[in-house]
Amino acid sequence: MSSPGSAAVPESGATAPAAVALDGVTKVHGRGSAAVLALDNLTLDVPPGEFVCLVGASGCGKSTLLSLVAGLDKPTSGRIAVAGDRPPALMFQEPALFPWSTVAGNVGLPLRLRGIRRAERRVRVAELLAAVHLAEFAKRRPHELSGGMRHRVALARTLGLDSPVLLMDEPFGALDAMTRDLLHDELERLWQRRGLTVLFVTHNVREAARLGDRIVLLSSRPGRVSYETRVTVPRPRRIDSPQVAEVAARVTDRLRAEVGRHGQ
Amino acid sequence: MANDVAGLRTVAGLARDAGAGTALSGLDALELAARQHDRSRPARLWASAWPKLAALALVVGVWQAFVSARVKPDYVLPGPLAVGAELCDQLHRQQLWQGVALTGRRALVGYAVAVTVGLLLGPAVARVRVLRAALGSMITSLQTMPSIAWFPLAILLFQLNEKAIFFVVVLGAAPSIANGVISGVDYIPPLLLRAGRNVGAHGVSLYRYVIAPAALPAIVAGLKQGWAFAWRSLMAGELLVTSLGHTSLGAQLTYARETRDAEWLLSTMIVILMLGLVVDGVFGAADRAIRSRWGVADQPH
Repeated sequence: MSSPGSAAVPESGATAPAAVALDGVTKVHGRGSAAVLALDNLTLDVPPGEFVCLVGASGCGKSTLLSLVAGLDKPTSGRIAVAGDRPPALMFQEPALFPWSTVAGNVGLPLRLRGIRRAERRVRVAELLAAVHLAEFAKRRPHELSGGMRHRVALARTLGLDSPVLLMDEPFGALDAMTRDLLHDELERLWQRRGLTVLFVTHNVREAARLGDRIVLLSSRPGRVSYETRVTVPRPRRIDSPQVAEVAARVTDRLRAEVGRHGQ
Repeated sequence: MANDVAGLRTVAGLARDAGAGTALSGLDALELAARQHDRSRPARLWASAWPKLAALALVVGVWQAFVSARVKPDYVLPGPLAVGAELCDQLHRQQLWQGVALTGRRALVGYAVAVTVGLLLGPAVARVRVLRAALGSMITSLQTMPSIAWFPLAILLFQLNEKAIFFVVVLGAAPSIANGVISGVDYIPPLLLRAGRNVGAHGVSLYRYVIAPAALPAIVAGLKQGWAFAWRSLMAGELLVTSLGHTSLGAQLTYARETRDAEWLLSTMIVILMLGLVVDGVFGAADRAIRSRWGVADQPH
């Protein structure tokens, strides 16, 4: 049941193939009278290297969308294509580190599971930890670190999957503002340096305007793309700059209008 | 012109990188500064030892008070000093060490088999739905069964011999160990399983790298409880099955009672208690090591 427009356009267009392509994706949770339409015929193309922020009020299916792209769940209908031979890497709101293992053990696990040998693994782990400024904490255990440091370990572990696509589900939602700002800088730097494609879910519109090349606003119940805007503020950006605030205000107005629709 | 702007931007970016790195290190240092422990090792040892010594002194004091009050005659309830002298005497004799060796061997063999059974049964019941439906509640009910209640059946099956003791020790300990594994697997936070799958652990590797280490604290608790049951079952068995010779610790208790040698009886009881404490200490150390690795032992010991 794809729309006639998308069916007519051949895949080999002038643009490069998308890193993540969602085509008419619909997801229904539950069945029968209890069925809830979480995502309704959602179509979204993310070109390689783009940083896309998904924002929306609760119930817009943001997390459902990420689970689908990550392959943890299957769409009820529609197609999802992810470029590359590796499954996309997913990062949660909680760092979800393994408490029995050291920082190096946590970061090394994805490498180990791919069969990378010890000597090479050690080098790669050191690189990944250096990338998140935690080189000297390799032997520590997760509980010895602060919240922000745990998130950086989780980020290093996720980067260790060597996936070109990074999915982030409100990854910094539980952090204090100062730590979050610093992690924004870190993430932006790693994204640029590694040429990643990022799909970043957040309910914080300012965060979206600080980080995204593009902001996609999802409507609630059912989730559809209700508004899209390109963020043209030059990088590096600051979350407190007037340009970022201006973009955020524009998106917030749309978001309020969208939420208000449910009150009527 | 465009190149210049891009160049400037890279320089600014690098400067910001360094800035962010420095700021992060500063933040890290600030947040970690409050977490240092500052007590020396002897101080910690003393802090953990003195309450135990005080409790021991209290028990000995109460015991002596009863003896001094002549609640019971001397030959029934001897005082701590007489029992202590008997214990020192026993420590120089073969008989006690033979008892320790025999009882210890039975305990180790029975416990080892119980551990094997528990560690095989536990994961299977925890992860296979049919097995859980069939065996889950049975394991729990086996665990509540006092092991001494198995002895009449064991004696019918195997007569009064080593096998009867072995049977009851294994039956007493294995359900606890299996239950430890099951509850350990049940209480793994789903988030850790998701994280494990997300970093590429599936099937056997999920067990090896996520489920087993995540369940380890509960498994150790189950092993500890299993040991307690094995030790109790063994003592009960040795009290009942005495025809095998006089040397096991349980048999020595029985013979001490039959010969009305209260000093021998009490000193043997002290040996049994000490052995139990030593093994408990080993499990306690394992438990503390795990908790400090996991960071759930922040309160000072």
